[in-house]
Amino acid sequence: MLDLYKHHRRECIAFIVLFALLSLYIATHPRGASTYVMTIWANQCLILALAAMAQFFVVLVRGIDLSVGAIMALSNCVASYVLVGSGIDLFYGSIAVVLTGTLCGALNGLIVVYGRIQPIIVTLATGSVFIGIALLLRPTPGGTINYDFADAMTLDIAGIPTAVIICAVLLIGFWIPLRRSGLGRAFYAIGSSEQAAFQSGISVNTVRIFAFAMGGTFAGLAGSYFSYVTATGDAGIAANFTLNSIAAVVLGGVALSGGVGSLVGALLGACILKTISSLMFFSGLPPLAQPLIEGVVLAGAIAIGSSEVLRMKNRLQVFDR
Amino acid sequence: MSNTATARFYSAEFFEAAFPYVATVLMILGASTFFPEFLSANYLLQQMQIAAFLGVIALGATIVILLGHIDLSVPWVLGGAAIISTAMAGSDNAILIALAVPAALAFGALVGVVNGIGVAWFRIPSMVWTLAVNSMLLGVAVLNTGGFNPKGEASPLMVTMASGKIAQIPMAFVIWMALALILFVFLKRGGYGRYLSSIGFNEKATYLSGVSTLRVIFSAFMIAGACSALGGVLLAGYANQAYQSMGDPYLMPTIAAVVIGGTSILGGKGTLAGTIGGVAFITLLSSILSVMQISEAWRNIIFGCIIITMLLLQTLRRKRV
Amino acid sequence: MPPNHTGSSRLKTNTTPLVRLENVTKRYGATVAVSNVDFACHSREIHAVLGENGAGKSTLMKLLSGVIQPTEGKLYIDETPVVLSSPRKAIDLGLICMFQELSLVPDLSVKENLLLGGKGSAYGFSRQTDRQLARTLLDQIDGHNIKLSTRVSELSLAERQQVEIAKALSRKPRLLILDEATSALNASVVEKVFELIRVQRDSGTGILFISHRFHEIEAIADKISVFRNGAHIDTFANGEHDYPAIINKMVGQTLTELFPSLPPLSAAAKTVLNIDSLSWNSIVNDISLTVREGEILGLGGLDGQGQSSVMQALFGLLKGTTGQVAINGTGDLPTSPKSAKSLQTGLAWVPEDRKAEGLILDQSIVENMELAALGHASNPDSTVFSDLMQALDLKYRSLDQPVSDLSGGNQQKVALIKWLVISPKCLLLSDPTRGIDVKTKTQIYGLLKTLSESGMAVILLSSDYEELIHLCHKVHIFYDGTVVESLSGESLNAQNIIAASLNMHQSAAPAHA
Repeated sequence: MLDLYKHHRRECIAFIVLFALLSLYIATHPRGASTYVMTIWANQCLILALAAMAQFFVVLVRGIDLSVGAIMALSNCVASYVLVGSGIDLFYGSIAVVLTGTLCGALNGLIVVYGRIQPIIVTLATGSVFIGIALLLRPTPGGTINYDFADAMTLDIAGIPTAVIICAVLLIGFWIPLRRSGLGRAFYAIGSSEQAAFQSGISVNTVRIFAFAMGGTFAGLAGSYFSYVTATGDAGIAANFTLNSIAAVVLGGVALSGGVGSLVGALLGACILKTISSLMFFSGLPPLAQPLIEGVVLAGAIAIGSSEVLRMKNRLQVFDR
Repeated sequence: MSNTATARFYSAEFFEAAFPYVATVLMILGASTFFPEFLSANYLLQQMQIAAFLGVIALGATIVILLGHIDLSVPWVLGGAAIISTAMAGSDNAILIALAVPAALAFGALVGVVNGIGVAWFRIPSMVWTLAVNSMLLGVAVLNTGGFNPKGEASPLMVTMASGKIAQIPMAFVIWMALALILFVFLKRGGYGRYLSSIGFNEKATYLSGVSTLRVIFSAFMIAGACSALGGVLLAGYANQAYQSMGDPYLMPTIAAVVIGGTSILGGKGTLAGTIGGVAFITLLSSILSVMQISEAWRNIIFGCIIITMLLLQTLRRKRV
Repeated sequence: MPPNHTGSSRLKTNTTPLVRLENVTKRYGATVAVSNVDFACHSREIHAVLGENGAGKSTLMKLLSGVIQPTEGKLYIDETPVVLSSPRKAIDLGLICMFQELSLVPDLSVKENLLLGGKGSAYGFSRQTDRQLARTLLDQIDGHNIKLSTRVSELSLAERQQVEIAKALSRKPRLLILDEATSALNASVVEKVFELIRVQRDSGTGILFISHRFHEIEAIADKISVFRNGAHIDTFANGEHDYPAIINKMVGQTLTELFPSLPPLSAAAKTVLNIDSLSWNSIVNDISLTVREGEILGLGGLDGQGQSSVMQALFGLLKGTTGQVAINGTGDLPTSPKSAKSLQTGLAWVPEDRKAEGLILDQSIVENMELAALGHASNPDSTVFSDLMQALDLKYRSLDQPVSDLSGGNQQKVALIKWLVISPKCLLLSDPTRGIDVKTKTQIYGLLKTLSESGMAVILLSSDYEELIHLCHKVHIFYDGTVVESLSGESLNAQNIIAASLNMHQSAAPAHA
């Protein structure tokens, strides 16, 4: 048990913080701990959480993805076309939406690896392209999603928000097996020490492209869940989500230098961010002051997370972070 | 000892910096075959003015990027400087009006200090910290202006700076070039440019060589902050007011301009001259696309594709060397 | 240990080589790492490769493990030409390498590292059998207390080497390549590793073994190859040549005076540096030492006994130190490298890790040499630089070429010039000759003598006791953060250094080196 804590210290701290914030939120919310409140909260969290998970895969291999928001917007716009009709159409439609994300991510990966260009600038440019395509699809926000389908995804099952169930399925059915597999190890290896990974026989290029594609897939999932929640296609949502996804992964203990952190951390970081927003909303603090307080809280959390640097007794150690 | 200036002139660095200029010229010539107005003095002079707004920001960004860091607080330093200067200029107090521009620049430098604290003292990755600082500045602005367009106007000085002319040459362009010259000399004298580059390549080794890395990092962010503020002052002078989110469209083009100008996003390598060329390229590209009345969607797509092409060309060129 | 001649003491000229290099050359730009190398290894044989630093041994291993490809020449496996385009390819063909810089991922656990890149593990899951094998292998080399769930970043260097060996063996190699595989291990673990290696050899594996420790090679090798300056000099059976003859092949000349004679200290020499009861963080405990003009003071002892922390403290890198300090008249430890190098304090430090700390590899020779001098009050002009470059015989093509192009020895010269140009009063050196070829070592030793004669004080931290014995006026041996022994003159000899390093009392009987 102690080992678990030691190896996942950051995630444990994030979990405790989230628990505290969530309790505070429920306590101050006029409707309290009802399914309704929890569902709305969970839905909002899941959108950002999926975006954060997308960012996580790219950051894990020592990259950064500034196109997360753009891929979300594009998938969202695609969804507003294909998630209509019913039955089997919806099934294929969902796959098409997520696949859009995967293709975008794979494109990012291919350019980064074979173009030998830094991810920050590649994703900056591709983000622009993806937004452009999204605007072609939906010059103005519009379209619809099959309402029944959207409802199924965003309400609750037996009192538990569907979003929470989706999360649980993702973590147990996807993340844990991935983490145990060779591919999962390869992701961490490349982020932690590319040289060691290469020497151990890992195909660094292929795995990196995979990581970007995985990121794109989750961005596609984020975009599609956004459609379930808002039921329209909107190309303008991008920038907000991109930057928030970076903040979320950092709060969740993922290192921007790669090789450290977990999907759980990304999830927790996103939930923390969203809960703070929601807390602000119901806290009775003047609405005009809320963005500032959010910003200060974010900055404070990040600074506290780094404060151990100030206590280092060997000045050279700060360079090893 | 350093007679390497001559050697440098014909070196790889020269070609890296010249690349965006060549691309810009080719682009203008190419576009002029469709629209001869692109070669008119009127148009080009106007572009020189517009480019200056992005240009001064990009100069500051180059200095931070040479260090191996990045300044994502550009949007709201710009916005904040615009708000401060127009508020002071719009007051009835003669002293405040006179201090409008210096106060805005001081504001930029102050934000630079805050950035420096997080990056140099707390060792927070600059991407994350400057993002958080940007959020806080956004919060302050919202609190201050109540979400409306800030009240105030540009002072006569600001208007002259942004739209005045000296013998047909736009004043803004002159200011940009003057700033570039000042920074160029500053980097060459006393080894400051050397320190930037060394820290960008290897901060630990630079520190161990007895360089005051803290001082260099703080001053770099202060310069970048002041440059972003100057951009805000010029924009406010151009529009005769500050407006909501005026800084947002400037962040990504700044980074793109710096990278196209040959500066490595990882730090260590790069030139101010290259950035100037990159700004010229980006400005003309945006302008040509908008004159040709290309829809927003296609502008985004073309913009992104061209950036990627430029970067791929850079990679090809480096491989051949 | 008696040499191992069991069953393979003569050159195998009549069996097909397992792996063969034919006229292989590897160039990096203008630098030639290995040239025109013909080399073969056979199965059922332990083949040792000897050569000093820069001889091409590591390049050879990298070529055989697919990390790099030859610029010219061909590789054959079982006499079939083959291109090892990546480590994956080499591993699939059974060429398994245990790298000197280790191929362990710090943020993953031991178990995950052992499974990394193994056959069939690309996208699949690890099986129970894989884990059993890993555990068994680790236990066989005394790794009982290495838990499979520990993060590699938490292991010591010795434990990491054990994991690396287990990883290599678990891949069922046809050719096992060990590049400085045992440098951090103690004698009993080394013996267990050798047992495993002999078992591998007897069951058909070929073994390629690089080491600096001649007694290890003597103990285990069937065949020895010598490399020098990137060329394959000779291959012979173990026992065919004696130690001096082998050294001769490695160095290419008879070993003349490596060390210059030390000038004696003048009695009038002023104290440059004095520390009294220096302590820090329980790693440095109550250290006192003095250095005078022209004196070369040695700091010895096993790794990590506090001596490197003393160097760091002197150079202003440690916070929270206690004790009295007097450096060139100033009464406090410097608070940063910048204040340490000031004209008043007059310190300079050449760190042990020249690639990551001493130099900036991406920058040019000029830029590196000038970095400490920029803005420094001593304001050296270009003659100071060129005089030093000449004195140290710096070999370069152009001053603008990146320092990464230079050989290890020349890189170290640049690192030294960088600090000497500001005319420090006391020069701090941490293992300045680690990984450097013999010729450069001689030049550096000569430089130290010149510096001492000119009145510069030198503090030399070294893990090479020959250096300590021949170069230093006095040596402090560290153990557990304190100076357990101070040796000079007659008492400064190998036995005493080793005994003190192990915190044993001085004994009359000589210890084995």
